[in-house]
Amino acid sequence: MPNKIDYTNGLPDPSKLKEEILAKYPRKVAKKRSKGMVINDPAQSQEIGANIRTIPGIITQRGCTYAGCKGVVLGPTSDIINLVHGPIGCSFYAWLTRRNQTRPAEGEPNFMTYAFSTDMQDENIVFGGEAKLKDAIREAYDMFKPTSIGIFSTCPVGLIGDDVHAVARDMKAELGINIFGFSCEGYRGVSQSAGHHIANNGIFKHVVGNTERERTGKFQVNLMGEYNIGGDAFEIERIFEECGLTLLSTYSGNSTVESFAYSHTADLNMVMCHRSINYIAEMMEEKYGIPWIKVNFIGADSTAKSLRKIADYFGDEELSAKVEEVIEREQLKVKAVAAAVKPKVEGKLAMMFVGGSRAHHYQDLFTELGVRVVSAGYEFAHRDDYEGREVIPNIKIDADTRNIEDLVVSKDEENFRDDLVAKKAELEAKGYEFKEYKGMMPDMQKNSLVIDDVNHWETEKLIEFYKPDLFCAGIKEKYVVQKYGVPLKQLHSYDYGGPYAAFGGAINFYKEMERMLATDIWKLVDAPWKNEPEIVGSVTVDA
Amino acid sequence: MFELNSVPKAKENYKATQNACKLCSPLGASVAYKGFKGCVPLIHGSQGCATYIRRYLISHYKEPIDIASSNFTEDATIFGGDENFKLAVLNIINQYKPEIIGIASTCLSETIGDDVSLFLHHFLEKHPEIDTDFVMASTPSYQGTHIDGFHEAVSSVVKRYAQKGLSQEHVNLFPGFVSTEDLRLLKEIMADFSLEHIMMPDYSESLDNPVWDTYHRIPEGGTAKEDVVKSGSAKASIEFGTILNKGKLSGRVKSKQLSNTGAQFLKNEMDVPLVNIPMPIGITQTDAFFEELKTLSGNEIPEKYTKQRGRLVDAYVDAHKYTFGKRAVVYGEEDFVVAMAAFLDEIGIELALVATGGESGMLENEIKKYCPENKDKVVVREGYDFESIRDWSLENKPDILIGHSKGYYIARELNIPIVRVGFPVHDRVGGQRIKHLGYSGTQELFDKVVNALIDHKQSISPVGYKYM
Repeated sequence: MPNKIDYTNGLPDPSKLKEEILAKYPRKVAKKRSKGMVINDPAQSQEIGANIRTIPGIITQRGCTYAGCKGVVLGPTSDIINLVHGPIGCSFYAWLTRRNQTRPAEGEPNFMTYAFSTDMQDENIVFGGEAKLKDAIREAYDMFKPTSIGIFSTCPVGLIGDDVHAVARDMKAELGINIFGFSCEGYRGVSQSAGHHIANNGIFKHVVGNTERERTGKFQVNLMGEYNIGGDAFEIERIFEECGLTLLSTYSGNSTVESFAYSHTADLNMVMCHRSINYIAEMMEEKYGIPWIKVNFIGADSTAKSLRKIADYFGDEELSAKVEEVIEREQLKVKAVAAAVKPKVEGKLAMMFVGGSRAHHYQDLFTELGVRVVSAGYEFAHRDDYEGREVIPNIKIDADTRNIEDLVVSKDEENFRDDLVAKKAELEAKGYEFKEYKGMMPDMQKNSLVIDDVNHWETEKLIEFYKPDLFCAGIKEKYVVQKYGVPLKQLHSYDYGGPYAAFGGAINFYKEMERMLATDIWKLVDAPWKNEPEIVGSVTVDA
Repeated sequence: MFELNSVPKAKENYKATQNACKLCSPLGASVAYKGFKGCVPLIHGSQGCATYIRRYLISHYKEPIDIASSNFTEDATIFGGDENFKLAVLNIINQYKPEIIGIASTCLSETIGDDVSLFLHHFLEKHPEIDTDFVMASTPSYQGTHIDGFHEAVSSVVKRYAQKGLSQEHVNLFPGFVSTEDLRLLKEIMADFSLEHIMMPDYSESLDNPVWDTYHRIPEGGTAKEDVVKSGSAKASIEFGTILNKGKLSGRVKSKQLSNTGAQFLKNEMDVPLVNIPMPIGITQTDAFFEELKTLSGNEIPEKYTKQRGRLVDAYVDAHKYTFGKRAVVYGEEDFVVAMAAFLDEIGIELALVATGGESGMLENEIKKYCPENKDKVVVREGYDFESIRDWSLENKPDILIGHSKGYYIARELNIPIVRVGFPVHDRVGGQRIKHLGYSGTQELFDKVVNALIDHKQSISPVGYKYM
C-alpha cells in the first residue's frame, strides 16, 4: 500500500485532487460541481454551492421529497397513521426502513410498524384515485380508530390532479378525527430537504397548538431534529430526566402527534438537526414567543456544553447544580473509556458524508478520540448548515425553494409568551446566543475538503487521495467503500448499533471505533498465494 | 382442522394495502439489468426511485449497486423529461463507459407520457459517436409487481439483441427471479450436462462479488450481449415459472395486451422451442427439470445428481415425523410460492395458506396443479398483504411461516418459527446466498424447515432435551 501522506503539519492541499475530479465532468457540470467543493479555510468566510439539484446520471446519496416528509419527519411518530397515496413501491420502501425507535406509553398505539398504501393501479391513474383514497382512510379508521391520519402524495398524485387536501378536509368532517395531507411528490424539490420543510409546515398548520396542557414541570422543553436512531432519544431522555428537565415533545423520535399538539406550552425549543426542523422552531417563536437554541448531544463534551447552555437559559441554581452533578458523574465514565480507546485510534483519518447535521455533529466524537476528519459534506443541507445562519439572507431563492409554501405566521395573542421574549432579550444582552448556528465549515481544519452531495466518482477519488481509515455514510455507500478495503460506518442506521447520543452514546461510539479501526480483516484481502502478500488492497480504478 | 376460506369478511374486499407483499416494477427491472454484462440501469423518474430501490437491493445483496436516475424536476414533469434523460445518459457514459444502459420507466414518466424511444432517437442523431447500446423496459409501478418489471427487462434485452439463425446446440435458460447461489448452481448443472447455455439474466457475480483488490465501477459478470444475440438460434429455451408476467394484467385499462417474456418472444418470433416448467424446488419439479436436460443434452443424468437425489429422499424419510401434518403459511412472488408449495406438498406439510401480492388470477390453479396432496384444502389468496396474512394466521394458527423477511413480525406475534427464503432477506446474513433450486437447494431448504420446527419444539419444551 502506498505510504500515507504525512499529516503531522496539517492537512495537505487538495487542489490537485479537486482538479482531477472535475476533469472528468462535461464543462457545465464541472462548473456546477466546482461550487459544491470547498477547500476549507476557517479563517475566511467561504461560499459553498449547496441545495442545488443533483445532476442526472450521477449516482447520488440523495432521496426525494416524499422520503423527507413521510420517512424522516412524520415516520418516527407512533400515534398517527401515515397513509401513502400512490403505487406500492414508495410505501414499501419506507416501511420501517429508518431505524427510529419508539416506546409508546402503556396502552398507546404504535402504527410505525405498518406501511399503509392506496396501492394505485392503472385504473386509478386514468380515472383518478380520490375515491380509493377515501376508502383507504375509512378502512384505516374502522380498523385502528386512530386520532390522526396523514396522507402523503407520491409522484403520480400531483400529475393526475388528485386533491389530497380536499380529501383530507372531507374525511376530517366525516370521521371527526384530525386528517391532513402533504403535497410531497418526489419530484418537487432538490432532495429530501424539501420534504422536511413541507412536513414542518403541515405539522405546524394542522397539529401544533391543538390542545392545551397543564404545566407538569418547572423547566419545559422541546427537543427538535432528534430522530431516535438506535435509541439516541432514550439516552437523551434519561439525561434530561436526571437533570430535572421536562421534555414535552421531540420532533420527531419516540414522538407522538398528541405531544406535538401541546408542544407550544414549552419554555424553550432546542434544535439538534438544524436542517430538517429549524422551520418549526422559527414558526413557534413567531407565533408563541418560544425562543430556540442550537444544541448538540453527539459527543460527550458537546453534550455537557449543551446541558450547561440549557441550565444558563433557565438561570436556576438548583438546575445548574443538578446539571453539573450529572455531567461530572457521566464524564467520569466517559473519560475512562476514552482513555482506553484513544491510544489505539488517535491520528487515524476519517471522512463523512451524511445527512444535514450528522456530518458536523459526529466530528465532535472523532475529536474526542483524536481522529482527524479530512473531508466531510452533507447529503441534503443548505448553505447555512455549512457556513452558518448569517448567510441566510444572502441565499438565492431558486425555483425549487419557491415551490414550497412559506407559511405566514402571526402572533397567537392568547398563548404568546411575553415573559420568554423578555427573558430572551435579557440573556442576549449578556451575550447568550439564540437561534444561532455557525455551521460545519468553521469547525473544520484548514485544507479539509468540504463536498456537498458527494457522488460515486468523487468518493473513489477521495479514497484514492486520502486513504482514510474510516468512511462514514449510509448503506448505499457502505459496500462500495468497503470494496476499497476501507471500513464504513453507517451514520443513518448506525449499522444496527447505537445509541451514540449523549454520554452513554459516546461510550458506545468509542468502543465501536475501537472495533472498526483496530480490525485486521483487511489484511486478508489478498490470498497468501498471491505474489505480493504485503499489499492490503490497492485503490486503483479499472476505468 | 381449520375452517376453509375463513378470512375475516370485513377485510376480504378492502381497498387499501397494509404492509404489502410485493415490491414495485422498476426494482425487478434493475435486478434483471444487473444480470447483463456491462449494463448500468437507469431509472427514468425522480431520484427517490433510484435511491429507494438501491437502498433496498443493497440491504439484501450487501454489494455496491449503482442505479442511475434521470432525477426528474418539477419542470421536467411539466415539459417532459427529455433534457434530464439526455444529460443522465451522457453522464453515465462518461463515468461508466457501459456496454448497455438499461432503462426502466416509472409511474412518473409513464403518467406524463414520456416517449423514451423518441428521446433516444433524437439523442443518437445528435451523438453518432456514441457506441453504447440502449434497452428500454416499460415498468410503471401501478402495473403488476417487481416480478413483472423483472420479466419486462429480460424480455427487452432479448428483443433488442436476439437474432434468428439455424438451430444450434446451446440452450437458453430463463431462471426468473432466483438467488445468486441458485444461478451458480444452475450454471454448474448445465456444465455437468455438457450443455452450453445462455443464462438470462445472470447476476450471480455482479450482485455477489468477492472482495476486490481493484475497484470495478461496473462489477464483473453478467450475460454478454453477444450471447444474447445467439439466443435466437438456440436449440431450446427453458423457462422457470408458469405465471411469469401475467400479474401485470390486473387493473390494466389501456390495453389487455400482455408483452411476451423473453422465452415466449424467442418461440413466437424465432421458432426457438420453449420448455416451460415451474422453478425446480422439491424432488418432483427438479426431476422434471433434469428430464428436460437429459433430453436436450442427450446425456445421462450425472451420478452426482442421482446421489444428491438419493440423499434427499433419504432425508425426507428420516425427518418425515417432524414435517408431517405441520401447517404452513407460504407467501411471496407467485412463481416462487408455486415452487415452494410444491416442495412442501411433497414433504407432508399442509399448505394452510398460500398468499401473494401479485394478481395474475392464476395462482390457485397452479397451486392445485402442482400440489396434489393439498389441492382440496389449500387456501390460496392473491392481492394479499401482510396484514391479511396476519389476520388469517391469528385465526387459523399455522405452525410455520415460509417466506421473506417481511413476514417476521407475524411469526413473532404468533410465536412460531419462520424460514426465510426468497427476496428480501435483510435481517439475516447470507440472504442473497440462500440456495433454493435443484436437489441440493431443496436439501438445504428441507433441513432449514425441519430444523426450524425442531428448534421451536425444543425451545418451548420445559425439558432441555438434547435428542429431539
